[in-house]
Amino acid sequence: MGLLQPESGLLFWMLLSFVVVFIVLAKFGFPVITKMVNDRKQFIDKSLQAADEANAQLAGIKANSEALLAQAREDQVKILKEASETRERIIKEAKEEAQAVAKKQLDEVRLQIEAEKNAAIQEARREIASLSIGIAERIIRKNLEKGPEQMELIDRLLDEISASKS
Amino acid sequence: MISLINRTKKRIAILLIAMIPILSLSANEPTAIQEGEMDVKNVVFGHIGDSYEWHITTWGKTHVTVPLPVILRGNDGRWHCFLSSAFHHSPDGVYDSFYIASGNSPYAGKIVEKNASDEEVRPLDLSLTKTAFALLFNSILLCIIILSVAHWSKKNKNKAPKGFVGFMEMFIMDINDNVIKASIGKGYERYAPYLLTVFFFIFINNIMGLIPIFPGGANVTGNIAITLFLACCTFIVTNLNGKKEYWKEIFWPEVPLLLKPIMIPIEIVGIFTKPFALMIRLFANIMAGHSVILSLVCLVFITASMGPAMNGSMTVVSVLFGIFMNCLELLVAYIQAYVFTMLSAVFIGLSTAEHAEHSVGEVKESI
Repeated sequence: MGLLQPESGLLFWMLLSFVVVFIVLAKFGFPVITKMVNDRKQFIDKSLQAADEANAQLAGIKANSEALLAQAREDQVKILKEASETRERIIKEAKEEAQAVAKKQLDEVRLQIEAEKNAAIQEARREIASLSIGIAERIIRKNLEKGPEQMELIDRLLDEISASKS
Repeated sequence: MISLINRTKKRIAILLIAMIPILSLSANEPTAIQEGEMDVKNVVFGHIGDSYEWHITTWGKTHVTVPLPVILRGNDGRWHCFLSSAFHHSPDGVYDSFYIASGNSPYAGKIVEKNASDEEVRPLDLSLTKTAFALLFNSILLCIIILSVAHWSKKNKNKAPKGFVGFMEMFIMDINDNVIKASIGKGYERYAPYLLTVFFFIFINNIMGLIPIFPGGANVTGNIAITLFLACCTFIVTNLNGKKEYWKEIFWPEVPLLLKPIMIPIEIVGIFTKPFALMIRLFANIMAGHSVILSLVCLVFITASMGPAMNGSMTVVSVLFGIFMNCLELLVAYIQAYVFTMLSAVFIGLSTAEHAEHSVGEVKESI
């Protein structure tokens, strides 16, 4: 059976070609390719991980910003509330002050009026007294001698005056 | 990447164009084909066997062949180197005292010479025969393909390849991960280059053998010398890397003492039967595939003398079967390369396993 007899010449060529192919491919072929594919796999894994991390960070940032926003909104409400309170308080204070000032002024005016009234009354009294004295002098001078009727009149006048005075 | 493929294509085209002048047209007596009749056995065995020239076709009475270099070391101790077409240039087919032995010689079809006592003896024959030439051609092709993929990978780091490079990368990684890594396990990286080389070496030779036109169509992996060499490589790798457990399993297996005299010879024979099975399986599968396809094609010519109706119907049948067989052989080309690689990986895995597993028997069963 010639088919089952390995030819030495062919064996030689097989040895040569297979060994050369093996050396070439084992050195420059397959390891390069498998290494590249594994490197790329690692690269992709790493990239995916990085993307995941970035996503997580982004989510964190989002949550943070939302929290900040909520805080800001709360602050705003608080500030607005405080502001309105302050406004009301200021208005109230202003009103109170105005009222106090008005009252004080009114009191002062009243006092002044009182004082002036008193002064006017004093003046008027002095005037009236001097007038009465003058009238009285004249009446006295004319009617002093006219008896008891005059005296009666003077008394009555004096009584009336003192009565109105008290 | 396309430019890379184009460049590769261009290189191959240049290679082919460079070969055209070698094609010689020689008008000689036909060897296998007689007028009107056909010797199928000669055609089939002539194809699956080896030859000193690459017969492409016969046009009328003109044989279109590619002459291949003949390299011999004669009994006189001198090297002779000439083209195989030299045999046709002399009328009796003798060149420099060498001639191709005739059919009834024990060295039929091989180059022989006469020694001092007028007996036919074979010189040391390192001729670049058809199989050897196809082997070299396919090896160069394989190197070009794998190196171009590696070159692309090196140049385009962290980029996804497309097209042919992507396919090759997927192919290589599939064999690497699903065959080699799965069979050997830890420490597979050490053996991956060898096993990948074996796989793609067998695969490209199988595939090129299915292409019917030159420079494909040679029966390379269906030649016993090729498979013998590959099986020897696996044998050497397996046994050189065998760990203590592997040798213990052979020389002192865990069986009752009385069984040991039986088991030890079986295990020792087993060392050799494993690569032997690898050799025969690949050889027989590829050779049988080539034989069947050739026989089916020959059917057309055999039935030529049986009348047009028979011939016509048989032609249809043979073409349909031929297509079917070619598709099947495409599958076989892959499967045989796969099986050879996988079993080699399993053998290596078993011999290098740190703890001897008891699946050795199972693996043997599956073989």
